[in-house]
Amino acid sequence: MFKILEKQVFSPIIKLFVIDAPKVAKSCQAGQFIILRIHEEGERIPLTIADFDREKGTITIVFQEVGKTTKQLGAMEAGDYIKDFVGPLGEPTHIEDVDTVVCVGGGVGVAPVHPIARAFKEAGKHVIGIMGARNQELMFWEDKMRAACSELLVTTDDGSYVRKGFVTDVLKEVIESKGKDNIPLVVAIGPQPMMRAVCNMTKDYGIKTIVSLNALMVDGTGMCGCCRVSVGDETKFVCVDGPDFDGHQVNWAELSLRSAYFKAEEQKALERHECKCGCGGGK
Amino acid sequence: MAEQKAKKKIVPNKNPMPTQDALERARNFNEVALGYSEETVIAEAQRCLQCKNEPCRQGCPVEVDIPAFIKLAAEGDFDGAIKKIKEKNALPAVCGRVCPQENQCEKYCTLAKKHEAVGIGRIERFCADRELQKGVTLPEVAPPTGKKVAVVGSGPSGLTCASDLAKLGHEVTIFEALHVAGGVLMYGIPEFRLPKAVVQAEVENLKKLGVKIEVNSVVGKFTTVDQLMDEAGFDAVFIGTGAGLPYFMKIPGENACGVYSANEFLTRTNLMKAYQFPEWDTPIKIGKKVAVLGGGNVAMDGARTALRLGAEESWIVYRRSHDELPARKEEAEHAEEEGVKFAFLTSPVEILSNDEGWVTGMKCIKYELGEPDASGRRRPVPIEGSEFVMDVDTVVVAIGQGPNPLVPRTTKGLELNKKGNIVANLETGATSKPGVFAGGDVVTGAATVILAMGAGRTAAKSIHEYLTNK
Ligand SMILES: Cc1cc2nc3c(=O)[nH]c(=O)nc-3n(C[C@H](O)[C@H](O)[C@H](O)COP(=O)(O)OP(=O)(O)OC[C@H]3O[C@@H](n4cnc5c(N)ncnc54)[C@H](O)[C@@H]3O)c2cc1C
Ligand SMILES: Cc1cc2nc3c(=O)[nH]c(=O)nc-3n(C[C@H](O)[C@H](O)[C@H](O)COP(=O)(O)OP(=O)(O)OC[C@H]3O[C@@H](n4cnc5c(N)ncnc54)[C@H](O)[C@@H]3O)c2cc1C
Ligand code: SF4
Ligand code: SF4
Ligand code: FES
Repeated sequence: MFKILEKQVFSPIIKLFVIDAPKVAKSCQAGQFIILRIHEEGERIPLTIADFDREKGTITIVFQEVGKTTKQLGAMEAGDYIKDFVGPLGEPTHIEDVDTVVCVGGGVGVAPVHPIARAFKEAGKHVIGIMGARNQELMFWEDKMRAACSELLVTTDDGSYVRKGFVTDVLKEVIESKGKDNIPLVVAIGPQPMMRAVCNMTKDYGIKTIVSLNALMVDGTGMCGCCRVSVGDETKFVCVDGPDFDGHQVNWAELSLRSAYFKAEEQKALERHECKCGCGGGK
Repeated sequence: MAEQKAKKKIVPNKNPMPTQDALERARNFNEVALGYSEETVIAEAQRCLQCKNEPCRQGCPVEVDIPAFIKLAAEGDFDGAIKKIKEKNALPAVCGRVCPQENQCEKYCTLAKKHEAVGIGRIERFCADRELQKGVTLPEVAPPTGKKVAVVGSGPSGLTCASDLAKLGHEVTIFEALHVAGGVLMYGIPEFRLPKAVVQAEVENLKKLGVKIEVNSVVGKFTTVDQLMDEAGFDAVFIGTGAGLPYFMKIPGENACGVYSANEFLTRTNLMKAYQFPEWDTPIKIGKKVAVLGGGNVAMDGARTALRLGAEESWIVYRRSHDELPARKEEAEHAEEEGVKFAFLTSPVEILSNDEGWVTGMKCIKYELGEPDASGRRRPVPIEGSEFVMDVDTVVVAIGQGPNPLVPRTTKGLELNKKGNIVANLETGATSKPGVFAGGDVVTGAATVILAMGAGRTAAKSIHEYLTNK
């Protein structure tokens, strides 16, 4: 059992937990993820390691409530226990030897991009951070990002905070102002459409772009193949070969179809979860 | 007993195994074979001729003293029988159910020459189940030796190795990647063939011997084999990580929705209990017509599972013919009785899908049997122009598995073969790395439960020697 030590509520649907998981904290690195299962009947869901403290033996996760399991998780409080928590999984982000890197976090993707930006900065790179959210309410960790980056640019889709525009708009301005030759690498993490849009744009500039894919998963150890994705001419398993990939090689259309695989079932689980009629769904 | 000395009257046929009705069971996940009653098991045991030369024993990879335990069972001494079995076999309730007996012990049974073999596995199962129900008497554990051994993986090889080492007084910790122990016995082999409660009962017994089981622990990730030895103070390591990496066909369309590896299909169903969705949270989704590619046990399990999940048609699509099916005979028969259909001499070349990415059909080509190949089986040869589209909407790929590379990749100085299997001496389990032993599917490639157990036992013996001389 893994204890929730701390809970922060960033918005009604975005929450942070600090979890007591010394085994994971001891060896994890930026870019890796965990899989958790709340209770015996629960699903195994992957979440990126947003921060860690090796001395305290803790792992921080930030998640957005999108379906049954994340909603159930969001309803838990500090002091509660999570049944299973396994990690670190996946390959760490490769900290490339570049002078400058732009780290783009969209929505809840700010959490996973944070340790990566920090790792680049600790390695002595110039890190330009771009973070965006739909509106001010959904914005979190501006302070932590500011500390993890050399410079930080913030935007909201609706203009309710700092400025109006998508992260791609900001990225374009950065590339245009600094010159594409001075931006050798972009790391982009967020919803699939955002990562895809970033890749479409950087492709035109010829800037290498690393994305962190969130394929559906079961075991997270390379055993089931559920997380497979086409990258270039090859089929890769996101959980062991990734989650980071060259975004220009990813078959986004296939990934998006595979992500919707269980849509009807997810809907059913959610409706049952939110049903208050006493059928047992609300547990 | 006097009457056994006299020339015995031969009973030609095995006592039939009571099973759930085929059409009924094809729609539920309860165990198919219900097990013998006490009366039947005694009758079956009495069929045994107590052959002096013990031919059956050579067929058992762990050399269970078959005549001896059957004699005890025939006398109704089931406590004695299970004790005898357990001298060699740590997981009899499992083996009695899933050993391919017709290729092993029962193949060599004297009776099998002219009649049906003695139901060795069935008798074994009865004795083991009876003991599990009664409560197992724990074997004696030697005084602590102060030596620590790490076992990586909790499949049959790891469980057996851990059990033997614990009995010898060593302090054993099993590290398992998943959230439960048991390996393929938990995530692969379906509930209707091997109830998970049986596996967990065995795991509980192991814990009572003092073995620590750390689930949610992926070696190669949170730690490495080298760190276990250098930092965590383990004196030796056994690697029993199995053959869990699913192979795909590498044909176009294989990443469509509705195409599962057998591992995913079975893991969702068995480990995550998707057949109880939405009471359990993990979903599985199948269409009306399911094609399972392959002809082994895994394929049979997939096809039979598909029926239970509600498929209208479930097909085994196999490149060779009926005679070459590598599955246990009983499994293929059970599948057929339940309504699984077979498309022999057929192999897919492309999977077709619609705009939503979901499978709509499978382009196949027909084969004919040619000359025997290296394995002695007639080689399938494609027939030109025989392409056709099979009308299916779900595909389960069960064409084999390789070793998971997580441990090999992160362990210094571990010799591997071309397929990525760990090279280990089959007589000792020793690998190229001192203090590191390996066995089971990770060494041999996908094999059987009993062979994996045998390998775990062999390694335990040499680990004990290694630790004693260290
Ligand atoms: C390596 C990895 C790291 C991730 N890190 C984070 C993270 O740090 N924070 C976070 O909030 N989420 C993260 N996710 C996504 C998270 O796993 C899913 O949101 C979660 O599994 C949804 O479960 P659910 O039962 O609440 O929703 P479901 O009912 O399963 O799904 C609801 C909706 O979410 C979509 N969805 C389901 N599973 C995933 C998935 N694996 N990835 C993307 N969308 C999905 C579905 O298509 C559906 O639209 C990560 C995913 C992966 C693979
Ligand atoms: C569907 C199916 C049906 C089968 N039917 C039969 C049958 O009827 N009869 C029969 O005799 N055999 C059958 N087999 C084969 C048999 O199950 C295997 O040969 C046997 O389980 C191999 O045992 P093992 O101990 O080598 O490994 P496994 O049972 O594969 O166990 C390996 C364990 O190691 C864990 N692991 C892997 N990597 C790591 C890591 N890095 N860190 C920690 N843990 C790790 C895995 O999660 C797993 O739990 C079947 C196999 C399958 C898949
Ligand atoms: S362990 Fe398997 S092969 Fe050996 S006697 Fe039992 S059923 Fe037969
Ligand atoms: S060969 Fe058959 S009949 Fe002879 S001892 Fe073995 S089980 Fe009994
Ligand atoms: S999640 Fe099973 S192989 Fe990646």
